[in-house]
Amino acid sequence: MIYEVFRQERKGQAFQHAGSIGAPNQEFAEVYAREQYGRRQESTALWLVPRDAIDELDDFVDELGRTYHRVDGYSLKAKLKEARERAAARAG
Amino acid sequence: MTEQEFLEYVQGGGQVETGDWMPDAYRAKLIKFIEMHGNSELMGVLPEREWILRAPTLQRKLALTAKVQDEVGHAQLIYRVVEDLGKPREACLDDLVAGRAKFHNVFHYPTKTWGDVGVIAWLVDAAAIISQKALLKCSYAPYARIMKKICWEESFHILHGRDVVLTLMNGTDEQRELVQEALTRWWGPLMQFHGNPIPREEDPMFVWRIKSQGNEEARQQFLDGYVPQIWELGLEVPDPKLRKREDGVWEYTEPDWDELRHVVTGHGPRTADRLDLRREAREHSAWVRQVVLAEAA
Repeated sequence: MIYEVFRQERKGQAFQHAGSIGAPNQEFAEVYAREQYGRRQESTALWLVPRDAIDELDDFVDELGRTYHRVDGYSLKAKLKEARERAAARAG
Repeated sequence: MTEQEFLEYVQGGGQVETGDWMPDAYRAKLIKFIEMHGNSELMGVLPEREWILRAPTLQRKLALTAKVQDEVGHAQLIYRVVEDLGKPREACLDDLVAGRAKFHNVFHYPTKTWGDVGVIAWLVDAAAIISQKALLKCSYAPYARIMKKICWEESFHILHGRDVVLTLMNGTDEQRELVQEALTRWWGPLMQFHGNPIPREEDPMFVWRIKSQGNEEARQQFLDGYVPQIWELGLEVPDPKLRKREDGVWEYTEPDWDELRHVVTGHGPRTADRLDLRREAREHSAWVRQVVLAEAA
């Protein structure tokens, strides 16, 4: 069985994928993962996930170009310049 | 994606994951390269292991044991990457013990004294880490990712090796002589380590961006980083032509490429012994694998 190993480097941080290990069952996987990814106190915690349990989604297409819900949909520079000029003109 | 588009993609800095489509030629080159790296990690512990029982202090014994564990761990991680590319670890080990696979030239030589242990851990690991750091940008992302962990551990090895060498250099004349003799023995293989200076554009491993630097670039980086550190200890590098030109390029006597070819094709002074030992260890531990697999089933 292949297990994917995720490690947390310090408390409070996100777990990050570290690599994978091959082990005949979960008990061995725990021993191998400890040795491989934790023997120098380089991790505060590990997650072991059977590879088969991972459901990967990677098809994120933006066919309609929906920029209205992202920051790159709002370019304020020109509008801000105009608004400032208008304000200055009004203040005269 | 065509093979040409793939080539342009990796040459433009693109990275590839295990499940992505890749040309067969790329997959074959990856397997060959990464498997050789795994073999080298596994065979590289054999010369050092000979010194665990003869280490001069308990501290050194523990450090050397830890280094050996690290290297075997690297072999496990690396073979794991090869497995995901389609070649099982058992097949890699079959090829290795049958003498059908290659491993780095430096692991085909004997270790005569404790001085060799210091020189190997310091300079062989230094040469290796230069190659490995260049793999952090490998176009095959899973390999690049595990290289981060490997480089991190190798940096402890270099420090440990340098500490062994410095301790000997601060000792008696006889101890200094051990280091000098070891350096003299290892200089040739060290200069051959990064391979012959073919232009990187002609190196298929560079073309596919498996490696991110050419052989000669790696050797120059090694010389630039370590020759000053060797010289400052009063050690002599056994190459009368070695010098740094004003433009920063190191000149040296042409390494013995015939020796390199001869050694890596399985004719080194210790190749047969080490493969025998690996074969024997594999046979002796076969029952453990059987029990573990039966237990887990």
